[in-house]
Amino acid sequence: MSRKSSTSSKRVTRRSVTRSLGAVVLAGIAPFNIVRAQGNTLKVGVLLPRSGVQAGIGQDCQRGVDIAPSILKELGLPALEIMNADTETKVEIARSRAEKLISDGAQVLVGAFDSGQSTAIAQVAEQKGIPYIVNIAAAPQITEQGYKFVFRNFPTAGMILNDAFANQKELFEQTGAAPKTVVFMHINDTFGTAMKGGIGAVMPKFNLPYALVDTIAYDPAARDLSVEVAKAKATGADALLMVSRLNDAILLTRELVKQRWSPMAILSMGPGWYEDQYLKTLGKLSDGPLSFVPWYDPNKPLSKKLEDALAKSSVGVNLNTNHVYTFEALLIAADAYKRAGSSDPTALADAIRKSDITNNVSPGPGILFNEKGQNDKLKGSAIQNRDGKLLTVAPKVAANAKVEWPLTPYDKRG
Amino acid sequence: MPAELYLNVAIGGVLTGLVYGLMALGLSVIFGVVRVVNFAHGEMMTVAMYIALTLFSAFHLDPLVMLVPIAVVLFALGYALQAGLINMFIARPEHSQFLLLIAIAIIIVNVLLILFGPDSQNVQTAYAYQSFQYGPLIVDATKLYAASTAIVVAAALFGFFRYTQLGTAIRACADNQTGAIVVGLNVKQLYALTFGIGSACVGAAGCMLLLIFDVTPSIGPAYTLLAFVIVITGGLGSMPGAIVGGVLIGVTEAVAGLLFTPSAKSMFVFAILVLVLLVRPQGIMGQRTA
Repeated sequence: MSRKSSTSSKRVTRRSVTRSLGAVVLAGIAPFNIVRAQGNTLKVGVLLPRSGVQAGIGQDCQRGVDIAPSILKELGLPALEIMNADTETKVEIARSRAEKLISDGAQVLVGAFDSGQSTAIAQVAEQKGIPYIVNIAAAPQITEQGYKFVFRNFPTAGMILNDAFANQKELFEQTGAAPKTVVFMHINDTFGTAMKGGIGAVMPKFNLPYALVDTIAYDPAARDLSVEVAKAKATGADALLMVSRLNDAILLTRELVKQRWSPMAILSMGPGWYEDQYLKTLGKLSDGPLSFVPWYDPNKPLSKKLEDALAKSSVGVNLNTNHVYTFEALLIAADAYKRAGSSDPTALADAIRKSDITNNVSPGPGILFNEKGQNDKLKGSAIQNRDGKLLTVAPKVAANAKVEWPLTPYDKRG
Repeated sequence: MPAELYLNVAIGGVLTGLVYGLMALGLSVIFGVVRVVNFAHGEMMTVAMYIALTLFSAFHLDPLVMLVPIAVVLFALGYALQAGLINMFIARPEHSQFLLLIAIAIIIVNVLLILFGPDSQNVQTAYAYQSFQYGPLIVDATKLYAASTAIVVAAALFGFFRYTQLGTAIRACADNQTGAIVVGLNVKQLYALTFGIGSACVGAAGCMLLLIFDVTPSIGPAYTLLAFVIVITGGLGSMPGAIVGGVLIGVTEAVAGLLFTPSAKSMFVFAILVLVLLVRPQGIMGQRTA
């Protein structure tokens, strides 16, 4: 008796098993994707230089990320799912990490403190059609490429310089004193060279009381800046005009002390001189430098909330540019997500473009972008280090202290 | 520019160069005897810098005071590395040795990153901001102390190799390995001792450099490269050559920064290297091999 199976056509074969497994995998993935797209959190990839030369600053920016959830919740904004990535202070790593974040499901990118790294991320974001909010980067070209998915709530080098020189003039008028000559020292990276170009273009418009006697560029990875300071001192300039970062600001101050040179003022047009690590490392020697930087308006109500949140999460750390603009980048993402009601990249980009956030922290009328994706309404401030605190001394509308002038000589600080 | 500016900068370059020289001396000693290029040289110095930093942070022990104990620790590390690992690779092709030492370097950098994080750190000694003024000349106190100590350590090392029996045995081993075996010397042990001595040198240099420069886990490769440039300029395997090369590179960095743009000073350091390779391939104090 032959037993002919009635189900011979349904016999289990290697191919049918493969097909079934494939169907199971697809069935598993498809609903997951749908759930992900309809989920109630926005996946935000935060790219920062957490290691390498800019590690200290990258980790400082992270504090702005850490304080965001509770404040966004208080403001009635949706929660964000943060995906962290380390650019290692390298342009090529920033590019590959941005690609990885997008392939891992990031719906918005935020970062990356540095102009070179941010430029690389902007190219990736535009290519992949994922909105990218620059937290800190000043090179003008980032928002001059006609990108549709790139937004910057941070002033360009030109804006920083315009406000810096305007605030300098305000301080010179306030004190009735001004340097006659300055020596310009700048870090030789994308930001430093962009600022150098900008200073050359903007300075003549302001009819400043001082003349530039020399320009000294130095290596971003320099271990020793004794030669640079010796060269600057030899010019006999009254004051130092600086564009630097954290490590070099510390090295420069040490050399100023060792080489017994106390200029009338240190006028910094960038980061470094006001950062907590600078204040902690140098103690009394950190007092005095004036930083003309994108800052926050201490008189705005949300600033107080940020100060309180930071005091809880990072004891003894002063609120600064890194925290404020990283926080605001997340604020923009959450606000846009709420208004768009979707994580669709085009809808999100449209919502970001239409941002009009007046309850914010940075000086100026609020967060709103022009057709290039640049917030061109931001205002810069002048801040001074005093007894481990950072006081805003200009412009008058956003100030909470009067300037101390001139710089107390380093050898008379007890 | 005034003459005293050149003099100030040149003195700073000589002082830094002396410490560079001591660092490179370790590399030169190891290559001269063991014939292995230590690609983890800068990273081993970073280990010494972090030991000094930890001792300073915890007990306020001055890195210069802790120089001898830290050099001993690095000696033990170098000895163990050579005896336990590198000796097995001595007879293997050179690329195997390179890969082994590069692997060690990568491991050191990452372990330091895990232990200490990526931030740059430094020690704030009582004399960290001091300088000595002699008329128009201003000499950085930390550089002066570090360079003086480097001279003492280098002199002690020269004395060891010239006047002690063990030093003579190591030199014999470097001159003629087969002859050294024939007369009954334990070559592998001498190799381990030499690697230990070279590591102790770089450990001492690390203590001194910590007074001058900040430390981060990632600075190791830059110092390895610098040490190579110095020993190739001074003469690979030549001990006085390492010191001369160090001073030459230190002064070149400093003066090039003054005369041209400071951000391009590394270019002049490599220009010196290219020049030496073209004009005197064996290095300033190296011996031409047949």
